[in-house]
Amino acid sequence: MTESPASKPASNGEGCLHARNGLKPERNGFLKSLQQQSRHRDRNRDEEELHAAPHHGDLYNRPFLESFEETPMLVAVLTYMGYGILTVFGYLRDFLRHWKIERCHIAREKEEQKDFVPLYQDFENFYTRNLYMRIRDNWNRPVCSVPGAKMDLVDRVSHDYNWTFEYTGRTVKAVINLGSYNYLGFAENTGRCADAAAEVSMAYGVGVASTRQEIGNLDIHEEMEDLLARFLGVESAMAFGMGFATNSMNIPALTGKGCLILSDELNHASLVLGARLSGSTIRVFKHNNMQSLEKLLREAIVHGQPRTHRPWKKILIMVEGIYSMEGSIVRLPEVIALKRRYRAYLYLDEAHSIGALGPRGRGVVDHFGLDPRDVDVMMGTFTKSFGAAGGYIAGKRELIDYLRCHSHSAVYATSMSPPVVEQIITSMKCIMGEDGTTIG
Amino acid sequence: MASGQQWVLVEMVQAFYEAPAYHLILEGILILWIIRLLFSKTYKLHETYKLTEREKEDLIEEWQPDLLVPLISKDHPSLKYNIVSGPPSHKIIVNGKECINFASFNFLGLLDNERVKEKALMSLKKYGVGTCGPRGFYGTFDVHLELENRLAKFMKTEEAIIYSYGFATMASAIPAYSKRGDMIFVDEAACFSIQKGLQASRSFIKYFKHNDMEDLERLLKEQELEDQKNPRKARVTRKFIVVEGMYINTADICPLPELVKLKYRYKVRIFLEESMSFGVLGEHGKGVTEHFGVNIDDIDLISANMENAVASIGGFCCGRSFVIDHQRLSGQGYCFSASLPPMLAAAAIEALNIMEEDPGIFIVLREKCKHVYKALQGIPGLKLVGEPFAPALHLQLEKSSGSRSSDMQLLRSIVDYCLERKVALTLAQYLEKEERFLTPPSIRVVVTVKQKDDDIQKAVSCIREAASVLLK
Repeated sequence: MTESPASKPASNGEGCLHARNGLKPERNGFLKSLQQQSRHRDRNRDEEELHAAPHHGDLYNRPFLESFEETPMLVAVLTYMGYGILTVFGYLRDFLRHWKIERCHIAREKEEQKDFVPLYQDFENFYTRNLYMRIRDNWNRPVCSVPGAKMDLVDRVSHDYNWTFEYTGRTVKAVINLGSYNYLGFAENTGRCADAAAEVSMAYGVGVASTRQEIGNLDIHEEMEDLLARFLGVESAMAFGMGFATNSMNIPALTGKGCLILSDELNHASLVLGARLSGSTIRVFKHNNMQSLEKLLREAIVHGQPRTHRPWKKILIMVEGIYSMEGSIVRLPEVIALKRRYRAYLYLDEAHSIGALGPRGRGVVDHFGLDPRDVDVMMGTFTKSFGAAGGYIAGKRELIDYLRCHSHSAVYATSMSPPVVEQIITSMKCIMGEDGTTIG
Repeated sequence: MASGQQWVLVEMVQAFYEAPAYHLILEGILILWIIRLLFSKTYKLHETYKLTEREKEDLIEEWQPDLLVPLISKDHPSLKYNIVSGPPSHKIIVNGKECINFASFNFLGLLDNERVKEKALMSLKKYGVGTCGPRGFYGTFDVHLELENRLAKFMKTEEAIIYSYGFATMASAIPAYSKRGDMIFVDEAACFSIQKGLQASRSFIKYFKHNDMEDLERLLKEQELEDQKNPRKARVTRKFIVVEGMYINTADICPLPELVKLKYRYKVRIFLEESMSFGVLGEHGKGVTEHFGVNIDDIDLISANMENAVASIGGFCCGRSFVIDHQRLSGQGYCFSASLPPMLAAAAIEALNIMEEDPGIFIVLREKCKHVYKALQGIPGLKLVGEPFAPALHLQLEKSSGSRSSDMQLLRSIVDYCLERKVALTLAQYLEKEERFLTPPSIRVVVTVKQKDDDIQKAVSCIREAASVLLK
């Protein structure tokens, strides 16, 4: 049918700049400014030429261009050397601190609890103490305005090499913002979204103080979920208060022991946590690599569960729309073809791609021109493109009915705050064009 | 020496020539056999069969997965939610009827407080709604830092850290400290958020009977004996006790002074979950540590959510900097999730202001709790579970019919009866298959400062009527 070995476009050493699909030598995501990376990737994608047309021309309605710059050898070597030198210095500093030659700034255990088992292993904190503290000032600058295109940052200085910060009271104004996930610019404090949210916060208040199943289900929650289902083109949807918690609380409700989860190598921590908490077997396939996925699928179905060889109850493939750390887009048509062939279920996490991809802003499904009914579980968050907070899951009516009864969040966690819900409703209407304007 | 080696080599070659033929042939065969064994493929015993491509295709064709989710019948009790139109304040409109609210955790009545709403509005006008980023990537706003400082000052600890979701607070805090191989002693009635944190941490979990200090001491003693047998392992096994200040499932308090004594005797750390007792217990609302007069530094970590008394959204952990600072890089719900919207943080700050300005509301709340507790005693067929000063009490059936679903049916009919008569109550909801120790079904009665005496009178008489009519 669809699979053949030569499916990777522009790979296998054609042109020194095109890396093979998959790993980059260093993925120290926390240290790199990831936003700049992914913007860089998107621009590269459009500019690069394709040497060989993709073999699956019939699945993609336009060429799938992706290229990742290979790290130059010199940079890689120097980086590792830098780490090495810092580690040596770290040990030296620790030695000096132990012998009290150098003053110790780090917080210490209580005197009465000195003979307890130490709370942290020495090495756990080595990185924080010796490496992170030196360069801590580069991140985490507090913001004091709307995180829009330009923002204000709070000025701070450190007199003891970043151990403590002092706020000078001044602010750095009009800094160009390349760091916030404000893709569609809905993070504004003026305009119709802010006005609607203001109205609702005066009418409904800010908190809810109850769970969805008890007495925290407001009418605006229902309205938002209907709108969301229409936006995505599915039967029904359900929203939760936190994107991270959406994954970590609902994956355990969907799979359990005796199920198999096939998860991409670079999946987000929330997906990994949800998969672990569910108790299913987890197998990892190489990033965006359809051969690896197919091999795993075939092996899983043919051999069944390990050691007992009983057939798996279900197989769930977990992928993301856009991978935040790499900036790559999932090969959705191929994944859907595989899923149909092998009768697996697909869980698509569109945290970054909803609102941002596709001609109508409906996400990666829209980008490839596919049918949203092919994806079994569509998950996403409202934090990025909608300028609010929270997450959602959408799909068939049976799925959402099941989640309304069995999701951990619906039973134990407080429902979403009313002004946040209103912001989602207004921004979604704007994107859909239902508010009568053409800004969306 | 070279000549010595040469000499040995010459000897070898000579021996080679002088050896009998059969010896050489035998050696040669042995060498060839060894080479063959080395290069032949090893096979595992249970995979001695190899499936042909045809068989694999057949298996793939035959395999039928289960449905993604089992079908839910249309009249599943949790499927239809009550719809609240309008603010969930003291007078709440449930399914079109205006009722008195005895169901939301609005203990201090701050959900519709004008000052809180004004502050939230001001913050909205300054910051917009969302923060568009996690704490590490320009999602830290000055309101967050201010809220953390205020919470630390309020609780008189060194540092506090904020999460954007109440459930995620304890569920991210526990795995940040306790890893595989560590030991955690937990009360049986711990809430679901703690249970998820325990599951994520992959440590050894030991449950002790609810509020039973002897049981806990027995477990600690057993562990001490184990440690003495294996001191090397004991030196790196961290031990924790996780308890709640006021338990949400049973509405009673943990015996904190005894726990602190056990902590120092057996060298275990205490993590305290104070969602229900923050803003309720203690002279200034600081929680169960103030209630008992325990030094707050004795507790390693206090975690609470801001969704009950502090009528906002989110949660926080507070304690010494030594403990809390670790979560800034290893709390999953903190690092990998967007930060709390600034308007909710501003609302929480204003709520803290109100709590600090007027400690009289805590006394009012306690009086009302005692009043409700006394009034709900003696309802035939229902028994009241909880302490007199607990703001969220449980009404359980005195005689269970044996089946949980019929008990829940009965209690649900009482709740519906009360809703008809404009008193909003709710059933306590649990995930039956996922909870470790399921509490019996119950109706949750919540006391808030906004309830007046005649409201309480009306509610109590309504419940009494319902019980006498429906519980025959």
